[in-house]
Amino acid sequence: MEPILEARGLVKRFGRVTALDNCDFELYPGEILGVIGDNGAGKSTLIKSLSGAEIPDEGEVLLEGETVNFSSPIDARKAGIETVYQTLAMSPALAIADNMFMGREIRKKGLIGQLFRKLDHAKMQKIAHQKLTDLGIMTIQNINQAVETLSGGQRQGVAVARAAAFGSKVIIMDEPTAALGVKESRRVLDLILDVKSRGIPIILISHNMPHVFEVSDRIHIHRLGRRLCVIKPDDFSMSDAVAFMTGAKKPPSEFVGTA
Amino acid sequence: MVENATDETHPEVESDHNSLIRKFHHLLHQTPALVPLIVLSVSILVFGLLLGPKFFSPFALTLILQQVQIVGIVGAAQTLVILTAGIDLSVGAIMVFSSVIMGQFTFRYGLPPAIAVACGLLCGSLIGYINGWLVAKMKLPPFIVTLGMWQIALAANFLYSANETIRSQEIAAEAPLLQLFGYKFNIGGAVFTVGVIFMVFLVLFLAYVLRHTAWGRHVYAVGDDREAAALSGVNVNFTLISVYTIAGLICAFAGWALIGRIGSVSPTSGQLANIESITAVVIGGISLFGGRGSILGMFFGALIVGVFSLGLRLMGADAQWTYLMIGMLIIIAVALDQWIRKVAS
Repeated sequence: MEPILEARGLVKRFGRVTALDNCDFELYPGEILGVIGDNGAGKSTLIKSLSGAEIPDEGEVLLEGETVNFSSPIDARKAGIETVYQTLAMSPALAIADNMFMGREIRKKGLIGQLFRKLDHAKMQKIAHQKLTDLGIMTIQNINQAVETLSGGQRQGVAVARAAAFGSKVIIMDEPTAALGVKESRRVLDLILDVKSRGIPIILISHNMPHVFEVSDRIHIHRLGRRLCVIKPDDFSMSDAVAFMTGAKKPPSEFVGTA
Repeated sequence: MVENATDETHPEVESDHNSLIRKFHHLLHQTPALVPLIVLSVSILVFGLLLGPKFFSPFALTLILQQVQIVGIVGAAQTLVILTAGIDLSVGAIMVFSSVIMGQFTFRYGLPPAIAVACGLLCGSLIGYINGWLVAKMKLPPFIVTLGMWQIALAANFLYSANETIRSQEIAAEAPLLQLFGYKFNIGGAVFTVGVIFMVFLVLFLAYVLRHTAWGRHVYAVGDDREAAALSGVNVNFTLISVYTIAGLICAFAGWALIGRIGSVSPTSGQLANIESITAVVIGGISLFGGRGSILGMFFGALIVGVFSLGLRLMGADAQWTYLMIGMLIIIAVALDQWIRKVAS
């Protein structure tokens, strides 16, 4: 099977620090790929290179086998890669629907939309409502309520719904459960599995080993700016993964480099 | 389990009084222009009761509109900038400099007034564009950029005009177009000027744009959280530069309206416009931290100031009472904003 998203030999330097050192990456259709690594291992830089937030110095990123050169997150979005940032990237004072359609608003049809640039609030609210219902997060009563009036889990739900609504090819999730309590984390994990069941592959970056091991099909372990190994959660224990990640233990050679 | 327990005991602790406050809080959160509207209505009512027909007449009430038209127009520009979490201290200077250009281009170079007006509007937009470029691309704090631009535009204004006033009679005789905004018409005792009509339409137009266009939503998003807006696909630099440019253009229109209001072109006029516009914005319930508030609030804020000044003057009070009241209103408005921004969990 061809990887849907692939990176070959990525290098990224910040001054004298090499954040990515000839790093490879593969994501296959329909899978959840966990990405773990110690702080400073270069996970974020890898993810940012894939989502257009950083431009790698060397190497190439391929989407469905074709080289892509993203110069901003907007480019990556247009290509069908959506990112749910750890900060969620939502405007707290604005309504749920406003946030879901931020940067890709729908205008009314006809003269009123073309000449007066009037937005179709009703249509956007309807779609937003639909998307939230699809993902079973319609505990939110009012689609017009400000995002800041939602709980942490609900906000995360809206951010995931936004990504799922528009991410046609790949969804990247950066620490989606980091700020959540036990119950809310549970809901978000279910949400992630639900999105996967719709056939969209997901990259899940997390420090939470139980969460990563629970939902991932494969786990990419990042160390010192490159991919150390890729493991299946059934083959190794969490403590093995942590040992690989921190360098306390060497992964068996057959897992190193490739999947 | 613990979470559940607190959830259940919460409603019992909460009294009716509390839930009423919470409802009010929610209402203000949804409709930020409500408070200034209430304050405005109450102050009109109180002054109306105290002063009777002297205040409560079409003439006096429309006089207030005429007196606030400049602040209202400049306040519209200020609103846009403050919604992006910025501030524009150069609004007054842009206004005066634009009006001087309109006047001097007509009288010094003999250009047709329409061309001179266009040059003035262009100049205002250009200064606004420079402000926006410095804020967006150079990432300089808006306060500093516009503090500098205030001095630059004001100095340029005095240097270029050589501190020379163009008299009202001259303008009326040779270039009446410059006084267009001062043109008055009377509807049953109510006196309106073109400037007043312009202000009202400008505010309504911007209210539409801010609520119903993508650009308007982006202005709020940029002010609310610049990083988040950028990550969700808003072109932050374009939004900021366009906001400052449009603010400059609106200030230039205010300069044109200023000629209509005072008759002459005077480089020393409108010195307080920046402070007065910020006052209207703050009393209007727009958050100085950006992303919150409505332009209608600013309009009500400007009118509140107008009602207090005229009302207190008609009562024969010392003008300082007006400033004292306005000072109190500003502090109350900001305190209220802080309270509204505290989200009920």
